[in-house]
Amino acid sequence: MAPQTTWQILVAAFPRLLSYGIRVTIPLAFLSFALGLVIAVIVAMIQYADVKGLRQLCRFYIWLIRGTPLLVQLYVVFYGLPSVGIMIDAFPAAVFVFAFNEGAYMAETMRGALESVSRGQMEAGYCVGLSYLQIMFHIVLPQAFRTAFPALSNSLISVVKGTSLAATITVMEMFRQAQVINGVYYRSLGLYAETAVIYLAFCTVITWLQHKGEKRLSAYGGNR
Amino acid sequence: MMLDIRNVHKSFDGKEILKGIDLQVNKGDVVAILGPSGSGKTTFLRCLNFLETADKGVMTFDGDEIDLAEASKTQIAAVRKKTAFVFQNYNLFLNKTVLQNVTLGLTLARKFPKDQARDIAVKALERVGMADRLDAYPGQLSGGQQQRVAIARGLAQSPEIIYFDEPTSALDPELIGEVLSVMRQLAEEGMTMLVVTHEMDFARNVSSKVLFMEGGYVIESGTSKEFFEHPKEARSREFIRTILEGRQ
Repeated sequence: MAPQTTWQILVAAFPRLLSYGIRVTIPLAFLSFALGLVIAVIVAMIQYADVKGLRQLCRFYIWLIRGTPLLVQLYVVFYGLPSVGIMIDAFPAAVFVFAFNEGAYMAETMRGALESVSRGQMEAGYCVGLSYLQIMFHIVLPQAFRTAFPALSNSLISVVKGTSLAATITVMEMFRQAQVINGVYYRSLGLYAETAVIYLAFCTVITWLQHKGEKRLSAYGGNR
Repeated sequence: MMLDIRNVHKSFDGKEILKGIDLQVNKGDVVAILGPSGSGKTTFLRCLNFLETADKGVMTFDGDEIDLAEASKTQIAAVRKKTAFVFQNYNLFLNKTVLQNVTLGLTLARKFPKDQARDIAVKALERVGMADRLDAYPGQLSGGQQQRVAIARGLAQSPEIIYFDEPTSALDPELIGEVLSVMRQLAEEGMTMLVVTHEMDFARNVSSKVLFMEGGYVIESGTSKEFFEHPKEARSREFIRTILEGRQ
Protein backbone atom coordinates (compact mmCIF):
# COMPACT_ATOMS: atom_id res chain seq x y z
CA MET A 1 0.00 0.00 0.00
CA ALA A 2 1.58 3.22 -1.15
CA PRO A 3 -1.14 5.81 -1.35
CA GLN A 4 0.01 9.23 -2.45
CA THR A 5 -2.77 11.79 -2.31
CA THR A 6 -4.37 12.85 0.98
CA TRP A 7 -7.66 11.61 -0.32
CA GLN A 8 -6.25 8.12 -0.95
CA ILE A 9 -4.75 8.09 2.52
CA LEU A 10 -8.06 9.06 4.11
CA VAL A 11 -9.98 6.45 2.13
CA ALA A 12 -7.49 3.77 3.14
CA ALA A 13 -7.61 4.86 6.78
CA PHE A 14 -11.39 4.87 7.01
CA PRO A 15 -12.06 1.13 7.45
CA ARG A 16 -9.26 0.90 10.01
CA LEU A 17 -10.57 3.81 12.06
CA LEU A 18 -14.13 2.59 11.85
CA SER A 19 -13.09 -0.88 12.87
CA TYR A 20 -11.34 0.42 15.99
CA GLY A 21 -14.31 2.62 16.68
CA ILE A 22 -16.71 -0.30 16.58
CA ARG A 23 -14.46 -2.83 18.28
CA VAL A 24 -12.95 -0.62 20.98
CA THR A 25 -14.53 2.83 21.34
CA ILE A 26 -18.14 1.64 21.41
CA PRO A 27 -17.61 -1.30 23.81
CA LEU A 28 -15.48 0.92 26.05
CA ALA A 29 -18.19 3.57 26.10
CA PHE A 30 -21.12 1.23 26.66
CA LEU A 31 -19.36 -0.80 29.30
CA SER A 32 -18.37 2.37 31.17
CA PHE A 33 -21.83 3.83 30.80
CA ALA A 34 -23.59 0.68 32.04
CA LEU A 35 -21.33 0.36 35.05
CA GLY A 36 -21.61 4.09 35.70
CA LEU A 37 -25.40 3.86 35.61
CA VAL A 38 -25.40 1.07 38.19
CA ILE A 39 -23.16 3.21 40.41
CA ALA A 40 -25.40 6.24 39.82
CA VAL A 41 -28.61 4.41 40.72
CA ILE A 42 -27.12 3.00 43.92
CA VAL A 43 -25.64 6.37 44.94
CA ALA A 44 -28.89 8.19 44.14
CA MET A 45 -31.01 5.66 46.02
CA ILE A 46 -28.80 5.89 49.10
CA GLN A 47 -29.24 9.65 49.13
CA TYR A 48 -32.96 9.43 48.39
CA ALA A 49 -33.47 7.05 51.29
CA ASP A 50 -31.14 9.17 53.43
CA VAL A 51 -29.11 6.21 54.71
CA LYS A 52 -27.07 7.66 57.56
CA GLY A 53 -23.33 7.61 57.05
CA LEU A 54 -23.52 6.20 53.55
CA ARG A 55 -25.16 9.41 52.38
CA GLN A 56 -22.10 11.42 53.42
CA LEU A 57 -19.88 8.92 51.63
CA CYS A 58 -21.91 9.44 48.45
CA ARG A 59 -21.64 13.21 48.71
CA PHE A 60 -17.88 12.85 49.18
CA TYR A 61 -17.60 10.65 46.09
CA ILE A 62 -19.57 13.12 43.96
CA TRP A 63 -17.58 16.06 45.30
CA LEU A 64 -14.27 14.34 44.63
CA ILE A 65 -15.08 13.17 41.11
CA ARG A 66 -16.80 16.31 39.90
CA GLY A 67 -14.05 18.48 41.31
CA THR A 68 -11.15 16.81 39.48
CA PRO A 69 -10.42 16.53 35.73
CA LEU A 70 -11.15 13.27 33.98
CA LEU A 71 -7.69 13.26 32.39
CA VAL A 72 -6.04 13.60 35.80
CA GLN A 73 -8.19 10.77 37.15
CA LEU A 74 -7.01 8.54 34.28
CA TYR A 75 -3.37 9.39 35.01
CA VAL A 76 -3.73 8.77 38.74
CA VAL A 77 -5.24 5.33 38.18
CA PHE A 78 -3.08 4.15 35.29
CA TYR A 79 0.29 5.82 35.94
CA GLY A 80 -0.06 6.58 39.67
CA LEU A 81 -1.47 3.48 41.29
CA PRO A 82 1.28 1.09 40.07
CA SER A 83 3.69 2.90 42.42
CA VAL A 84 1.65 1.55 45.34
CA GLY A 85 1.48 -1.87 43.77
CA ILE A 86 -1.92 -1.57 42.08
CA MET A 87 -1.49 -2.47 38.42
CA ILE A 88 -4.52 -2.33 36.18
CA ASP A 89 -4.43 -2.98 32.45
CA ALA A 90 -5.17 0.02 30.28
CA PHE A 91 -8.64 -1.03 29.09
CA PRO A 92 -10.09 -1.99 32.49
CA ALA A 93 -8.46 1.08 34.01
CA ALA A 94 -10.25 3.23 31.45
CA VAL A 95 -13.60 1.51 32.08
CA PHE A 96 -13.11 1.96 35.82
CA VAL A 97 -12.32 5.67 35.57
CA PHE A 98 -15.00 6.49 32.99
CA ALA A 99 -17.64 4.57 34.96
CA PHE A 100 -16.86 6.26 38.26
CA ASN A 101 -16.52 9.63 36.57
CA GLU A 102 -19.77 9.61 34.62
CA GLY A 103 -21.42 7.75 37.52
CA ALA A 104 -20.98 10.82 39.71
CA TYR A 105 -22.77 13.04 37.20
CA MET A 106 -25.48 10.50 36.53
CA ALA A 107 -25.99 10.03 40.27
CA GLU A 108 -26.99 13.68 40.48
CA THR A 109 -29.26 13.27 37.46
CA MET A 110 -30.93 10.26 39.08
CA ARG A 111 -31.23 11.94 42.46
CA GLY A 112 -33.04 14.86 40.89
CA ALA A 113 -35.27 12.52 38.92
CA LEU A 114 -36.12 10.46 42.01
CA GLU A 115 -37.01 13.59 43.94
CA SER A 116 -39.27 14.73 41.11
CA VAL A 117 -41.49 11.66 41.54
CA SER A 118 -44.54 12.64 43.55
CA ARG A 119 -44.46 11.63 47.22
CA GLY A 120 -48.01 10.37 46.74
CA GLN A 121 -46.73 7.49 44.60
CA MET A 122 -44.85 6.16 47.60
CA GLU A 123 -47.85 6.66 49.90
CA ALA A 124 -50.20 4.90 47.51
CA GLY A 125 -47.72 2.02 47.32
CA TYR A 126 -47.64 1.70 51.09
CA CYS A 127 -51.43 1.75 51.22
CA VAL A 128 -51.70 -1.29 48.94
CA GLY A 129 -49.20 -3.11 51.13
CA LEU A 130 -46.00 -2.77 49.10
CA SER A 131 -42.61 -2.57 50.82
CA TYR A 132 -40.20 0.33 50.35
CA LEU A 133 -38.01 -1.58 47.90
CA GLN A 134 -41.00 -2.89 45.94
CA ILE A 135 -42.25 0.67 45.56
CA MET A 136 -38.80 1.87 44.52
CA PHE A 137 -38.24 -0.80 41.87
CA HIS A 138 -41.76 -1.01 40.44
CA ILE A 139 -42.97 2.55 40.69
CA VAL A 140 -40.49 5.27 41.66
CA LEU A 141 -37.39 4.19 39.72
CA PRO A 142 -39.22 3.54 36.43
CA GLN A 143 -40.76 7.01 36.62
CA ALA A 144 -37.42 8.54 37.57
CA PHE A 145 -35.73 6.83 34.60
CA ARG A 146 -38.25 8.38 32.31
CA THR A 147 -37.52 11.84 33.67
CA ALA A 148 -33.77 11.22 33.60
CA PHE A 149 -33.72 9.69 30.13
CA PRO A 150 -32.69 12.78 28.12
CA ALA A 151 -29.97 13.68 30.64
CA LEU A 152 -28.73 10.09 30.72
CA SER A 153 -28.54 10.11 26.93
CA ASN A 154 -26.37 13.19 27.24
CA SER A 155 -24.11 11.26 29.57
CA LEU A 156 -23.81 8.39 27.12
CA ILE A 157 -22.80 10.77 24.35
CA SER A 158 -20.33 12.40 26.70
CA VAL A 159 -18.79 9.01 27.53
CA VAL A 160 -18.49 8.05 23.85
CA LYS A 161 -16.48 11.18 23.12
CA GLY A 162 -14.61 10.97 26.40
CA THR A 163 -13.19 7.57 25.49
CA SER A 164 -10.73 9.40 23.21
CA LEU A 165 -8.90 10.37 26.39
CA ALA A 166 -8.10 6.69 26.89
CA ALA A 167 -5.55 7.19 24.09
CA THR A 168 -3.38 8.93 26.68
CA ILE A 169 -3.16 5.77 28.79
CA THR A 170 -2.21 3.57 25.82
CA VAL A 171 -5.66 2.13 25.06
CA MET A 172 -5.63 1.42 21.34
CA GLU A 173 -9.02 2.94 20.54
CA MET A 174 -10.13 4.96 17.55
CA PHE A 175 -8.37 8.22 18.33
CA ARG A 176 -5.12 6.47 19.29
CA GLN A 177 -5.34 4.64 15.97
CA ALA A 178 -5.72 7.97 14.18
CA GLN A 179 -2.59 9.19 15.93
CA VAL A 180 -0.71 6.09 14.81
CA ILE A 181 -1.77 6.46 11.19
CA ASN A 182 -0.90 10.14 11.31
CA GLY A 183 2.52 9.22 12.60
CA VAL A 184 3.15 7.48 9.30
CA TYR A 185 1.47 9.80 6.79
CA TYR A 186 1.45 13.25 8.45
CA ARG A 187 -2.05 14.27 7.35
CA SER A 188 -3.17 15.75 10.69
CA LEU A 189 -6.10 17.85 9.47
CA GLY A 190 -7.55 15.19 7.21
CA LEU A 191 -7.10 12.23 9.57
CA TYR A 192 -8.31 13.97 12.72
CA ALA A 193 -11.25 15.51 10.89
CA GLU A 194 -12.08 12.05 9.55
CA THR A 195 -11.97 10.68 13.10
CA ALA A 196 -14.22 13.49 14.26
CA VAL A 197 -16.75 12.59 11.57
CA ILE A 198 -16.86 9.00 12.81
CA TYR A 199 -17.46 10.19 16.42
CA LEU A 200 -20.17 12.45 15.02
CA ALA A 201 -21.77 9.48 13.26
CA PHE A 202 -21.74 7.42 16.48
CA CYS A 203 -23.34 10.25 18.45
CA THR A 204 -25.91 10.81 15.72
CA VAL A 205 -27.00 7.20 16.02
CA ILE A 206 -27.29 7.57 19.79
CA THR A 207 -29.33 10.75 19.41
CA TRP A 208 -31.63 8.93 17.01
CA LEU A 209 -32.00 6.06 19.50
CA GLN A 210 -32.74 8.62 22.20
CA HIS A 211 -35.65 10.01 20.20
CA LYS A 212 -36.97 6.50 19.59
CA GLY A 213 -36.65 5.76 23.29
CA GLU A 214 -38.39 8.95 24.36
CA LYS A 215 -41.29 8.16 22.05
CA ARG A 216 -41.68 4.76 23.61
CA LEU A 217 -41.47 6.09 27.14
CA SER A 218 -44.08 8.73 26.46
CA ALA A 219 -46.59 5.94 25.83
CA TYR A 220 -47.98 6.45 29.33
CA GLY A 221 -48.58 10.11 28.80
CA GLY A 222 -48.04 13.04 31.09
CA ASN A 223 -48.85 13.39 34.74
CA ARG A 224 -52.48 13.99 33.97
CA MET B 1 -67.31 -2.03 67.47
CA MET B 2 -64.94 -2.30 64.56
CA LEU B 3 -62.75 0.72 65.06
CA ASP B 4 -62.27 2.72 68.24
CA ILE B 5 -59.94 5.68 68.12
CA ARG B 6 -59.03 7.60 71.25
CA ASN B 7 -57.24 10.84 71.93
CA VAL B 8 -55.24 11.40 68.75
CA HIS B 9 -52.68 14.20 68.99
CA LYS B 10 -50.38 15.46 66.26
CA SER B 11 -48.12 18.48 65.92
CA PHE B 12 -46.14 19.80 62.97
CA ASP B 13 -43.18 22.05 63.81
CA GLY B 14 -44.53 22.77 67.27
CA LYS B 15 -47.98 23.64 65.99
CA GLU B 16 -50.62 21.30 67.33
CA ILE B 17 -52.91 20.21 64.52
CA LEU B 18 -54.86 17.50 66.36
CA LYS B 19 -55.74 18.10 69.99
CA GLY B 20 -57.28 14.83 71.08
CA ILE B 21 -59.62 13.33 68.50
CA ASP B 22 -61.96 10.42 69.36
CA LEU B 23 -64.01 8.39 66.91
CA GLN B 24 -65.97 5.16 67.08
CA VAL B 25 -66.89 3.31 63.92
CA ASN B 26 -69.19 0.31 63.59
CA LYS B 27 -69.27 -2.04 60.65
CA GLY B 28 -71.25 -0.48 57.81
CA ASP B 29 -70.89 3.08 59.12
CA VAL B 30 -70.26 5.83 56.63
CA VAL B 31 -68.64 8.64 58.59
CA ALA B 32 -68.35 12.08 57.00
CA ILE B 33 -65.51 14.06 58.53
CA LEU B 34 -66.39 17.70 58.05
CA GLY B 35 -64.84 20.99 58.97
CA PRO B 36 -63.27 24.13 57.55
CA SER B 37 -59.85 24.04 55.88
CA GLY B 38 -57.02 23.59 58.34
CA SER B 39 -59.20 21.87 60.91
CA GLY B 40 -57.01 18.75 60.86
CA LYS B 41 -59.43 16.39 59.08
CA THR B 42 -56.93 15.11 56.55
CA THR B 43 -54.14 14.79 59.11
CA PHE B 44 -56.46 12.74 61.32
CA LEU B 45 -57.30 10.38 58.47
CA ARG B 46 -53.64 10.03 57.50
CA CYS B 47 -52.69 9.16 61.08
CA LEU B 48 -55.14 6.25 60.99
CA ASN B 49 -53.25 4.66 58.11
CA PHE B 50 -49.80 5.68 59.40
CA LEU B 51 -49.13 8.03 56.50
CA GLU B 52 -48.42 10.39 59.39
CA THR B 53 -47.24 9.19 62.76
CA ALA B 54 -49.46 10.56 65.54
CA ASP B 55 -47.72 11.91 68.63
CA LYS B 56 -50.26 10.21 70.82
CA GLY B 57 -53.41 8.13 70.45
CA VAL B 58 -54.73 4.60 70.62
CA MET B 59 -56.59 2.71 67.93
CA THR B 60 -58.48 -0.49 68.58
CA PHE B 61 -59.09 -2.26 65.28
CA ASP B 62 -61.09 -5.52 65.43
CA GLY B 63 -60.09 -5.86 69.07
CA ASP B 64 -56.37 -5.28 68.52
CA GLU B 65 -55.09 -2.30 70.45
CA ILE B 66 -52.43 -0.27 68.64
CA ASP B 67 -50.48 2.71 69.95
CA LEU B 68 -50.62 5.15 67.04
CA ALA B 69 -47.38 6.82 68.12
CA GLU B 70 -45.39 3.63 68.51
CA ALA B 71 -46.89 1.07 66.17
CA SER B 72 -44.56 -1.69 65.03
CA LYS B 73 -43.99 -2.47 61.36
CA THR B 74 -46.08 -5.61 61.75
CA GLN B 75 -48.96 -3.67 63.28
CA ILE B 76 -48.81 -1.05 60.53
CA ALA B 77 -48.78 -3.75 57.86
CA ALA B 78 -51.74 -5.49 59.51
CA VAL B 79 -53.80 -2.27 59.60
CA ARG B 80 -52.95 -1.41 56.01
CA LYS B 81 -53.98 -4.89 54.94
CA LYS B 82 -57.45 -4.30 56.34
CA THR B 83 -57.87 -0.80 54.97
CA ALA B 84 -57.76 1.07 51.70
CA PHE B 85 -56.95 4.73 51.15
CA VAL B 86 -58.30 6.98 48.42
CA PHE B 87 -56.32 10.18 47.92
CA GLN B 88 -57.42 13.61 46.83
CA ASN B 89 -54.96 13.48 43.92
CA TYR B 90 -55.77 9.84 43.10
CA ASN B 91 -52.08 8.87 43.21
CA LEU B 92 -52.47 6.17 40.62
CA PHE B 93 -49.13 4.61 39.69
CA LEU B 94 -48.35 6.70 36.62
CA ASN B 95 -46.12 4.11 34.94
CA LYS B 96 -48.74 1.36 35.26
CA THR B 97 -51.90 0.66 33.29
CA VAL B 98 -55.33 0.70 34.90
CA LEU B 99 -55.24 -3.07 35.32
CA GLN B 100 -51.69 -3.07 36.71
CA ASN B 101 -52.61 -0.33 39.17
CA VAL B 102 -55.20 -2.63 40.67
CA THR B 103 -53.24 -5.90 40.49
CA LEU B 104 -49.86 -4.64 41.72
CA GLY B 105 -50.71 -4.83 45.42
CA LEU B 106 -52.35 -8.20 44.95
CA THR B 107 -49.45 -9.89 43.16
CA LEU B 108 -46.55 -8.22 44.97
CA ALA B 109 -47.82 -7.74 48.50
CA ARG B 110 -50.42 -10.48 48.80
CA LYS B 111 -48.74 -12.97 46.48
CA PHE B 112 -51.86 -13.80 44.49
CA PRO B 113 -51.22 -15.70 41.26
CA LYS B 114 -51.41 -13.40 38.22
CA ASP B 115 -54.65 -14.72 36.75
CA GLN B 116 -56.44 -14.66 40.09
CA ALA B 117 -55.25 -11.07 40.68
CA ARG B 118 -56.54 -10.16 37.25
CA ASP B 119 -59.99 -11.63 37.98
CA ILE B 120 -60.22 -9.72 41.25
CA ALA B 121 -59.05 -6.53 39.55
CA VAL B 122 -61.50 -6.80 36.67
CA LYS B 123 -64.37 -7.37 39.12
CA ALA B 124 -63.32 -4.33 41.15
CA LEU B 125 -63.02 -2.23 38.00
CA GLU B 126 -66.48 -3.38 36.89
CA ARG B 127 -67.91 -2.08 40.16
CA VAL B 128 -66.61 1.42 39.38
CA GLY B 129 -67.42 1.23 35.67
CA MET B 130 -63.81 1.21 34.47
CA ALA B 131 -63.44 -2.35 33.19
CA ASP B 132 -63.41 -1.12 29.60
CA ARG B 133 -60.15 0.83 30.08
CA LEU B 134 -57.86 -1.91 31.42
CA ASP B 135 -54.88 -0.98 29.24
CA ALA B 136 -55.11 2.81 29.56
CA TYR B 137 -52.47 4.72 31.49
CA PRO B 138 -53.56 7.18 34.20
CA GLY B 139 -52.37 10.08 32.05
CA GLN B 140 -54.93 9.12 29.41
CA LEU B 141 -57.87 9.28 31.82
CA SER B 142 -59.96 12.14 33.19
CA GLY B 143 -59.72 12.97 36.89
CA GLY B 144 -63.03 11.28 37.60
CA GLN B 145 -61.95 8.12 35.80
CA GLN B 146 -58.63 8.12 37.65
CA GLN B 147 -60.39 8.45 40.97
CA ARG B 148 -62.71 5.58 40.14
CA VAL B 149 -59.71 3.41 39.28
CA ALA B 150 -58.16 4.46 42.59
CA ILE B 151 -61.32 3.30 44.36
CA ALA B 152 -61.16 -0.01 42.48
CA ARG B 153 -57.53 -0.38 43.55
CA GLY B 154 -58.73 -0.03 47.13
CA LEU B 155 -61.68 -2.40 46.65
CA ALA B 156 -59.43 -5.08 45.21
CA GLN B 157 -57.68 -5.30 48.58
CA SER B 158 -61.06 -6.40 50.05
CA PRO B 159 -60.69 -3.86 52.84
CA GLU B 160 -62.82 -3.79 55.97
CA ILE B 161 -62.83 -0.03 55.76
CA ILE B 162 -61.99 2.55 53.10
CA TYR B 163 -60.58 5.96 53.96
CA PHE B 164 -61.39 8.74 51.50
CA ASP B 165 -59.35 11.93 51.75
CA GLU B 166 -61.35 14.64 49.94
CA PRO B 167 -61.91 12.30 46.98
CA THR B 168 -63.69 14.90 44.84
CA SER B 169 -61.82 18.08 45.75
CA ALA B 170 -59.38 17.92 42.84
CA LEU B 171 -62.08 17.17 40.29
CA ASP B 172 -63.75 19.43 37.76
CA PRO B 173 -67.36 20.03 38.85
CA GLU B 174 -68.82 17.93 36.06
CA LEU B 175 -66.74 14.91 37.12
CA ILE B 176 -67.67 14.93 40.81
CA GLY B 177 -70.95 13.13 40.25
CA GLU B 178 -69.47 9.95 38.80
CA VAL B 179 -67.18 9.51 41.80
CA LEU B 180 -69.86 10.31 44.36
CA SER B 181 -72.26 7.84 42.77
CA VAL B 182 -69.64 5.08 43.05
CA MET B 183 -69.18 5.98 46.72
CA ARG B 184 -72.92 6.03 47.30
CA GLN B 185 -73.20 2.59 45.74
CA LEU B 186 -70.46 1.28 48.03
CA ALA B 187 -72.24 2.75 51.03
CA GLU B 188 -75.46 1.03 50.02
CA GLU B 189 -73.59 -2.26 49.73
CA GLY B 190 -72.59 -1.88 53.37
CA MET B 191 -68.96 -0.82 52.97
CA THR B 192 -67.53 0.89 56.03
CA MET B 193 -66.18 4.27 54.99
CA LEU B 194 -64.47 7.28 56.55
CA VAL B 195 -64.82 10.24 54.24
CA VAL B 196 -63.14 13.61 54.62
CA THR B 197 -65.27 15.78 52.39
CA HIS B 198 -66.73 19.14 51.55
CA GLU B 199 -69.66 17.54 49.73
CA MET B 200 -72.56 18.41 51.99
CA ASP B 201 -75.13 16.48 50.00
CA PHE B 202 -73.06 13.37 50.36
CA ALA B 203 -72.59 13.96 54.10
CA ARG B 204 -76.26 14.57 54.55
CA ASN B 205 -77.78 11.89 52.36
CA VAL B 206 -75.24 9.09 52.24
CA SER B 207 -73.23 9.19 55.44
CA SER B 208 -74.68 7.75 58.62
CA LYS B 209 -72.46 9.69 61.00
CA VAL B 210 -70.75 13.06 61.03
CA LEU B 211 -67.57 14.11 62.78
CA PHE B 212 -67.32 17.88 62.72
CA MET B 213 -63.84 19.20 63.45
CA GLU B 214 -62.38 22.64 63.86
CA GLY B 215 -59.01 23.86 65.09
CA GLY B 216 -57.88 20.35 65.95
CA TYR B 217 -60.88 19.53 68.16
CA VAL B 218 -64.05 17.57 67.56
CA ILE B 219 -66.78 20.17 67.83
CA GLU B 220 -69.67 17.79 67.34
CA SER B 221 -70.24 14.20 66.37
CA GLY B 222 -73.40 12.18 65.93
CA THR B 223 -75.73 10.79 63.32
CA SER B 224 -75.82 12.87 60.17
CA LYS B 225 -79.59 13.34 60.54
CA GLU B 226 -79.10 14.89 63.98
CA PHE B 227 -76.14 16.96 62.84
CA PHE B 228 -77.90 18.51 59.88
CA GLU B 229 -81.37 18.83 61.36
CA HIS B 230 -80.63 19.66 64.98
CA PRO B 231 -76.99 20.70 65.34
CA LYS B 232 -76.17 21.07 69.03
CA GLU B 233 -73.26 23.47 68.78
CA ALA B 234 -73.48 27.07 67.61
CA ARG B 235 -70.32 26.53 65.53
CA SER B 236 -71.92 23.58 63.74
CA ARG B 237 -75.02 25.63 62.89
CA GLU B 238 -72.82 28.40 61.54
CA PHE B 239 -70.78 25.95 59.45
CA ILE B 240 -73.87 24.35 57.92
CA ARG B 241 -75.37 27.76 57.20
CA THR B 242 -72.19 29.08 55.54
CA ILE B 243 -71.90 26.01 53.35
CA LEU B 244 -75.53 26.16 52.29
CA GLU B 245 -75.35 29.88 51.60
CA GLY B 246 -72.11 29.44 49.69
CA ARG B 247 -73.91 27.28 47.21
CA GLN B 248 -76.62 29.73 46.34
